[in-house]
Formats: sequence, structure tokens, C-alpha cells
Amino acid sequence: MQAFTSHTGKVLPFDRNNVDTDAILPKQYLKSISKFGYGDWLFDDFRYLDEGSVTTDIKTRRINPDFILNKPEYQGASILLARDNFGCGSSREHAAWAFRDYGIRALIAPSFADIFYNNCNKNGILPITLSEAIVDDLFERCTAADDLVLSIDLEKCEVHLGDEKIASFTMDEGRRQNLLQGKDDIALTLAHSDAIHNFEDLLEEREPWLFKKIEV
Amino acid sequence: MSSAKTLYDKLWERRCVKTYDDGMSLIYIDRHIVHEVSSAQAFEGLRAENRKPWRLSSIIATPDHNVPTTNRAAGIAGIEDETSRIQVKTLDDNCNAFDVPQFQLTDIRQGIVHVIAPEQGLTLPGTTVVCGDSHTATHGAFAALGVGIGTSEVEHVLATQCLLQRKAKNLLIEVNGELSFGVTAKDVVLYVIGQIGTAGGTGFTIEFAGSAVRGLTMEGRMSLCNMAIEAGARAGLVAYDQVTEDYIEGRPYAPKGDEWQQAISIWKDLHSDDGAIFDIEYRFNAADIKPQVSWGTSPEMVTAVDTCVPDPKDFGTKAVDYQNALNYMGLKAGQAISDIYLDRIFIGSCTNSRIEDIRAVAKVVNGKKVAKSITQAMVVPGSGLVKQQAEKEGLDKIILDAGFEWREPGCSMCLAMNADRLMAKEHCASTSNRNFEGRQGSGGRTHLVSPAMAAAAAIAGHFVDITQGGI
Repeated sequence: MQAFTSHTGKVLPFDRNNVDTDAILPKQYLKSISKFGYGDWLFDDFRYLDEGSVTTDIKTRRINPDFILNKPEYQGASILLARDNFGCGSSREHAAWAFRDYGIRALIAPSFADIFYNNCNKNGILPITLSEAIVDDLFERCTAADDLVLSIDLEKCEVHLGDEKIASFTMDEGRRQNLLQGKDDIALTLAHSDAIHNFEDLLEEREPWLFKKIEV
Repeated sequence: MSSAKTLYDKLWERRCVKTYDDGMSLIYIDRHIVHEVSSAQAFEGLRAENRKPWRLSSIIATPDHNVPTTNRAAGIAGIEDETSRIQVKTLDDNCNAFDVPQFQLTDIRQGIVHVIAPEQGLTLPGTTVVCGDSHTATHGAFAALGVGIGTSEVEHVLATQCLLQRKAKNLLIEVNGELSFGVTAKDVVLYVIGQIGTAGGTGFTIEFAGSAVRGLTMEGRMSLCNMAIEAGARAGLVAYDQVTEDYIEGRPYAPKGDEWQQAISIWKDLHSDDGAIFDIEYRFNAADIKPQVSWGTSPEMVTAVDTCVPDPKDFGTKAVDYQNALNYMGLKAGQAISDIYLDRIFIGSCTNSRIEDIRAVAKVVNGKKVAKSITQAMVVPGSGLVKQQAEKEGLDKIILDAGFEWREPGCSMCLAMNADRLMAKEHCASTSNRNFEGRQGSGGRTHLVSPAMAAAAAIAGHFVDITQGGI
């Protein structure tokens, strides 16, 4: 996973509540068995006027010029500004992969759905929860200027606009360290293998029926 | 401080291996259900690191999300869509390569992940259940901690038998009194989501309690917990009681003999203690709940069948979203819900595809015909065993005679990954769990309802209030 220490990038304002993961990455793309290559399908239903599939040549797709991702001023944006309950619905990690592959490094919203938040963390994307007032203010600034550039510092947990500090944010320390170092959770957990084995042995003694082989 | 604990506190304590300094914990996982859509990349990750599944006896795999619901005799080779075939084949290959037990496509035990595990006695009280699917909340009906996870977490659980989590807060939803005739668990959960909103449970584990919840069957409790995620909660719970015990006893993987007695003694305590403190509590009266119909593009956009489509102007800061939803749905504020005409009817999904649901549908459509204006009405049983049971009871004949299609088990039109889907602008009465834009097919318009409501709508061609009889 790509580490996240600090990032400066253009903001893409996505002004809509309850954006679900079906909207972020529609179901037909869940047929892919790869972990990469989802960037062209991010917000597919909004982004294109025709319906695509995993096998459609992206060059043949009809672009929806009215959709924000297709507007020239937002090309190259890498920070998504969003509204409440962002990423709700399906647990599909493909939604986080689509942001990663599109080039989004951080998301800012008043609240995120739990599973989506985790999925971002595991893929080098930083989801930042800020108050509704600050998010409202950032949306207003985006309306005033279509090339809002923010700097995010994960060491200090701060968001800056030029020299102006916009906000501080918090996140679980373990998650922050993983992102800073681009570390694999599994290796960290396996360092506690003995504790897991001990726990498991006691459990098997108490509830042995949970350990029966499943016959197929 | 009171030592009284919530059910969630107890489940968490029973499976917490370790808590780190920052408050994240390693939770031991008893049961891991694996399906074709969220597992391929996880197995690939194991391979890349030369890792193996930690405990094979904890895992059960089955294909469900992306399988056809017709022509299944030829198994995987018979799947027409190439990308779907490759995905189901990949699950099969991975199960073979890693020795993971799988109910294959042609196995009678195959079906929707959240239907088959309870059916086999693989979901047991006091345990932790994960699956790369957000509706894993379903298993909470058994006083088990069921949590939906992403693919990286699937890989983490495969490799370590643990899930890394921060403990959620406790939310109590009590529904007291008796549900009216025609009102089901599905109506209760839609009503609750309408009241607390789709983010009302974010960061919480919801315990459903109260006399109306106690009065539900296990099938009903599963429908209820299933949609906890639609209220933002990763897990929903119902306390263990005699209903739970009766459902589990005798199932293939339920403990037997002495172990059964031992299990019951462990399970008896799986309820919130008197005086346990919840961070938030809501109380609702069962008598206030009518059959529900969703009119918008989020499960919180829901109303009683005998009312009208609401006016977005009444929803303050949400007005723009609500108006957008009406535009997408092709509905007008003030339009009677009973004036919504349907094109397709979908009865199925992990929310409502169990035998009780099929019986409810058969009861409504017995001796009647699907309205001519309906393009397609389908019933998709949740598992091969549900299908077999329904056929034993002759329900398939009643359903077929009424003009419905009777399909093979799978997730089907709930998420429309396979060939079962809506065309743009088509209205569908659906017993599934999500009415998001495009969920059941690009441009499709989903109305979430109970099985009996979907069946009645199929006969009438539009929504009808089943509590008023006449159907």
C-alpha cells in the first residue's frame, strides 16, 4: 500500500449527501477479479452517457460533459470534498480501489460510512472527518474559485490552504501509523500469533463444536 | 459504575483477543463466509505473501452474487456471461487450491451467504461471523456479532483469524406492542430507518428489542438485523431466547447431545442485563407501524402505504437531495403511494428469500394472476434447501400458476450483477434492501417492500394496502 505522509492537491467538490458505493462503483465492475484498473469506472453511471462493462473499450464511451469529474477545471484533482454519510451501502472495496486508481489521495466529509472508511485506510487513501461548518466553508470556497488547492499533513494531522490552517483532524493512532508507513495490517497482526493461538485453544476447549470440519 | 452489560458488550468481551493502546482490538472470528465477488483479490493477496488460511474449519464458501438464476444444471460451465463464469470459476479454483470448504453451484446447500449459514447451523449464538458483504449484520438475529467487511479485511481474517476493530457504541431500538395484521419485520426495519435515517446507526451496534421483536420468528429477526447496515450500523442484534434455540436445534452443524446442553448453558446469558446502559435509546410503538413503501433513492425515503409521496420542501437541508430522488424516481410530491404502478416484481435477496417469505407470497397470490401490466414477476428462493422445502409444500405451483417465474437461488436482482435487472425508468416492487440509483439496473426505480406487499402489488399492478383486505 502507498504510504500517506503529506499531500497537496486540487479539490473536487462533490455536493451530495449519502453517496453510496453503488454510485461510486456500479455493480457490473465487481465482476473483475483484479485489484487494480477501476479508475476509469469511478462514478460510472454519472460520468458516462452510455452503459459500460468490464470488457467495454473505454475510448468508445460517451462522456457526460455536465458531470463534475469531466469538467476541464477539475482534471487532476486528488482530494474529494464530500457530504454526510459518504460511502454508505455495499462493503465493496472496489469503491476505494476506484478512488485510488483515479488518483484520489484524500477525502474530506462530515461523516463516512464505517466499512468504506476502513476500506480507504487499507488502500493508502486518507478519509478526513471535519465538522459540517468547516466542510460548508470549503464548499463555499470551491464555488468562489474552481481551483482550490489544499495541503494535508498526516504527521501533524492538519489541513492547510496556502499559509492558512483550515483544520486539525484526528484518527486512530494505529491507522495513522499504518498510513504513514504504508504498512500491511496482516504482518502486524501476525506478530501476535501466540496470543491468537492461546485464545483459540481456550475457545476450542469451551466451544468445540465451532471447530468441526465442514463436509462438502 | 454499573456492571450491567449490553449484549454487544458481552459478545465483544467473549471474542476480544487483544486491545491496542489506541483502542483498536483484535477480535477472534468464529465463522467466515466467502463468496465469489469479494474474495478473489484476497486469495491473490495470500498467494503473493505465501500465506495460508489460518483455520479452514471456520470457512464456508459459496457462489451467490453473480450466479445465473436459470439453467443451472451444467454448473459453472453453463454460465453464459464470460466474466461471471470466470469469477465463479476463480472462487472454485481458490477453494480447491486452499482446501476451503465450498457449497458449489450445483450443491442443494448453495444459496445466498446470509441464508445458508443460519440454515446449516453454521451461525451460532455468541459467535463472531464475518463475510465480505455488508448484509452480514443478518447473523445478529442469533445473538451473534455479524460484521460486513471489505476485501482487505477478508484477506486479514483468512490470514490471522482476527478482525481489527474499534468497539462501536451501543444503540437500543425497542419496538413494543403487537404488530398489526399484514405488518412484518421488513416494515418494522424500514419504518425504523425512516425515523432514524440512513446514518442514524453509524458508529453503533444496534440491538433490536421489545415485545414486538421478541414476537418475531428467526426469519423475521434476520430480515430486521439484515437492514441494520441501511441505518449505518455495521451490526444489528437480537437477544438469545427460546425462539433462537428452537430454530438451531437439529441443524447440521449445531452442537448435538452433551455439547448441545453445554452450548445452551453458554448461550443463556446472551441478552443485555437489566440496567445496561446504551449510548442512545429509541422506543417505537408497534401499533404505529403500517406496511412501508420506499419512494426515493435511499432506504430512509420511506412512508406508509396509505400515505402520499412527501414534499421535499418539508425536509429542510435535505430538500435538494429529496427532490433529486423524486426526479430520478419519476414521482411527484403528493402522489398517492397506491398510485405507483409497477413494471417488475422481485421477491428474493438476503433480506426476504427464506421459507416464511415464500409462504407469505404464496398465501397472497393463491388462485390469483399477476396483473397484465406487469412485465415480469419473479421469486428467487434464498437457497437450494428453501427452494426444495417450498416445492415440497407445493408453493412453487401456486406461484407459477399466478404467473410468477420460479428461479434458482442467488442474489439476483437485488444487485443485478447477473442477467436479472431493471430497464431504465422501470418501477420495481422489490423485497431487497437497497433502492439506490441504478442498484437494480441502470436507471431502474426500486421500491422496497415486504414479500406480502410485493405479491399484492404484482396482482393489482400497483401498491395496495394489504391491511385493508380485498386482495
